[in-house]
Amino acid sequence: MAVGLEHFLILSAILFSIGLYGALAKRNAIVILMSVELMLNAVNISLVAFWRYVAPALMTGQVFVIFVMVLAAAEVVVGLAIIISIYRSRETVDVEQIDLMKW
Amino acid sequence: MMPTEVALAIILLPFLSFAIISFIIRPFFNNRPQISGYVTIASIGTSLILSLWALVEVVKAPGHVLTMPDYLWLAIGDTSIHIGVTVDALAAVMLIVVTLVSLLVQIYSQGYMHGDPGYSRYFAFMSLFTGSMLGLVLADNLVFLYLFWEGVGLCSYLLIGFWFHKPEAARAATKAFLVTRLGDFGFLAAILLLYANTGTFDIGELHELALVGTLGGAVLTWAAIGIFSGAVGKSAQFPLHTWLPDAMEGPTPVSALIHAATMVAAGVYLVARMFPMFASSTEAITTVAIIGGFTAIFAATIALVMNDIKRVLAYSTISQLGYMMLGLGAVGVAVASGALDLEHGLMLGVAVGIFHLFNHAFFKALLFLGAGSVNHATGTFDMRLMGGLRKAMPWTYATFLIASLSIAGIWPLAGFWSKEGILAESFHSVPILFALVLITVFLTAFYMFRVVFMTFCGEYRGQSQDSHGLHESPMVMIGPMVLLAILAVVSGWLPISEFLGGESHSFFGALASPMSWASLVLAGLGIFLAYAIYSKKWISAESLRRAFAPIYTLFSRKYWVDELYENFFVMRILIDGLFAAFHRFDDRVIDGLVNGVAGGTVAAGRHIRRVQTGQLQLYGMAIFVGILAIVAVFFIFG
Amino acid sequence: MEIGITIAFWVLAAVIIGAALAVVLLRNIFHAAIFLVLCFFTVAGIFIILSADFLAGAQVLIYVGAIGVLIIFAIMLTRETQRGNPSGRLRLPALIVGLLFLITMVAVVVSTNWNVVAEIPEPTISSLAQALFSKENGFVLAFEIAAVLLLAAIIGAIVLVREK
Repeated sequence: MAVGLEHFLILSAILFSIGLYGALAKRNAIVILMSVELMLNAVNISLVAFWRYVAPALMTGQVFVIFVMVLAAAEVVVGLAIIISIYRSRETVDVEQIDLMKW
Repeated sequence: MMPTEVALAIILLPFLSFAIISFIIRPFFNNRPQISGYVTIASIGTSLILSLWALVEVVKAPGHVLTMPDYLWLAIGDTSIHIGVTVDALAAVMLIVVTLVSLLVQIYSQGYMHGDPGYSRYFAFMSLFTGSMLGLVLADNLVFLYLFWEGVGLCSYLLIGFWFHKPEAARAATKAFLVTRLGDFGFLAAILLLYANTGTFDIGELHELALVGTLGGAVLTWAAIGIFSGAVGKSAQFPLHTWLPDAMEGPTPVSALIHAATMVAAGVYLVARMFPMFASSTEAITTVAIIGGFTAIFAATIALVMNDIKRVLAYSTISQLGYMMLGLGAVGVAVASGALDLEHGLMLGVAVGIFHLFNHAFFKALLFLGAGSVNHATGTFDMRLMGGLRKAMPWTYATFLIASLSIAGIWPLAGFWSKEGILAESFHSVPILFALVLITVFLTAFYMFRVVFMTFCGEYRGQSQDSHGLHESPMVMIGPMVLLAILAVVSGWLPISEFLGGESHSFFGALASPMSWASLVLAGLGIFLAYAIYSKKWISAESLRRAFAPIYTLFSRKYWVDELYENFFVMRILIDGLFAAFHRFDDRVIDGLVNGVAGGTVAAGRHIRRVQTGQLQLYGMAIFVGILAIVAVFFIFG
Repeated sequence: MEIGITIAFWVLAAVIIGAALAVVLLRNIFHAAIFLVLCFFTVAGIFIILSADFLAGAQVLIYVGAIGVLIIFAIMLTRETQRGNPSGRLRLPALIVGLLFLITMVAVVVSTNWNVVAEIPEPTISSLAQALFSKENGFVLAFEIAAVLLLAAIIGAIVLVREK
């Protein structure tokens, strides 16, 4: 059977869900960041799939993907900087112990 | 022809003097308070002159009515209220009474209130009162009548509680206001009922509707009874009479003007003014007659045993007002039952009641001024501490005696003529009540002369000053008293009754009727009995008191009406019952509601804030759950 | 041709999913990071299947080259040997939410009528460059802003982690 749009989209959905689980259920801040990267990759896959199958003449799909990659990079940079900064003051990267903003 | 402005000026001049005293004299000229007295006397004197002019005009006018235009005062949607004045015979007579007695009392007050720190305030309130009373008399629609009605009630409160630092005075003022308010509630309800059913406040229009029959039946009866309840309150008839004896806490000239001659007469005036309505409802007018007659004898019995001069005079006033109500009521009953024709009967009723009001104003005011004069000399009102004052205060004695003879109904003094009218009418239409008031004639003479003999005859029993210190009052007080004494004699000779549409009476011919003889005999008996007990002491008052001990207690405790009202109704039923229930409701329900809302909010907050765990993952979870929920909603609801 | 693409797709899909699961579930963080890099590589392969050649290259450069390295550095700098990669409190709810999300997405994908176009695109680089930088419909402004954003991110990161 030929691979169609749905296959890529379902792949993207599975990847996204795995990333979602990791972002919500894990305690290590870096693992959460890695899960977010998974989610972003999933989005990229679906964006390119849409470009390929729905509007290949229009380059907007790929442009969008480029910008998502740029933003992902920026986000990882700042995120890791924050995690390291927290690690320096608290000796931990366990998010369940970083809850000063609670009631 | 008299312009409307003059009629309005009669009302407004005393208000002007009130304004001048309050805003100019008291702030700036407080070191010369006697100016307040002069201003008041000037304004009321001018009103008197204008009232005399009005009287002359009314006498000349056809039908004894001056037509005056009225002005639109307030228009809201379909409702419009007009101001206007009615100057007819009734109004003209009342104007004379009010302005003349008020003027004489103000002159007297200059002497009585001399040196009192509230001198200016006194005259300000007196001016305000006179203005309100004149407005009440001249008003041609119920709204304004009610406005001035409340105005005189307010002034009564202010003047009874004039010496407000005395707790009894303050209490008496509040009691007066509240008890009359109870009656006024009925009055207001009646006004609104009438408006709802007829769409007008104008008195003339209401009369026409009542006489034609458009306004009739239950509505008319209830409205009339409501109006009468206002009169019962203001004129201190049973059962709203309890405030008047306590009102004697105020200065004596106040008692003379307000609680003898004018304000309490306002109730009688109201019934007279609304007489066509009353006469068209049998139930209402019978109520008037019954309450009037009963009150007359009820109050007279209490007056028999009072030891304070002013209290005796207060109950005497209540009794005499009962006479006036009975006069109106008796004629009204005759009209309602058809015994008298309508046109003649309407005027006769007014004549009978108001003629007695006219005479009563003069001799009762004089009696009070005399009591004030006695107080000025002896420092007390307790008759047990008086006696023998006739030598030291001859003028006071003479005028007081004349007034007493007048109130007892001795021919040819004024009181005889008006009492005759009432007795005659009540004999024809309400014989039972006639019997009661006939007895009251005896009682009146007796208690009045009891006062005369205890105060002026015999030996001085007081201890505050020895006999050498007792002196007659100054001329400024004696002068008005003399004038009133002259009026107490001759006012019955004036053709007031005919002027109002009643019957005339011949001077000597009145002696021919058996009714006159009966009343004269009874009066004479009363005087003689008082003479026997209190002057010659042939019968000891003490032994009589012991012999009739239970009756004596009944009278001197005033039939326990005050106790009934205050201890039973007010304390137990109202305060402990109703008000306590309201208080509990307020505490538990209303406060509970408010506090409950607050407490609930706090408790809810305490639980809801647990959502803020500070953990980002929970927040992220919430976002995605929200997304899923939105999708679900779209899925279910298309 | 079709059959090759089909096989490639299924193989790559299996690797992606396996690597993703490894990232999330492995106890050793370092191993998780390695599997993340593998995942990035395979996603580049997917891009190639989809004829986005430039994007595949960009993916490898950016994700593997920059982000992957950064993550490994961070792991080394924040070593917590005892803890490892434990699961949080919200494990079960997250699982449920993830599954529900997945089911929702799949349902949407399957039931929508996508207007699939049959033509095969040409090599993309020049078209991509034109789309990005052309004067009328270009995304030049967005491009420049993205550059500024990256600059800001770098400066921010430096400020956050410098020694006081």
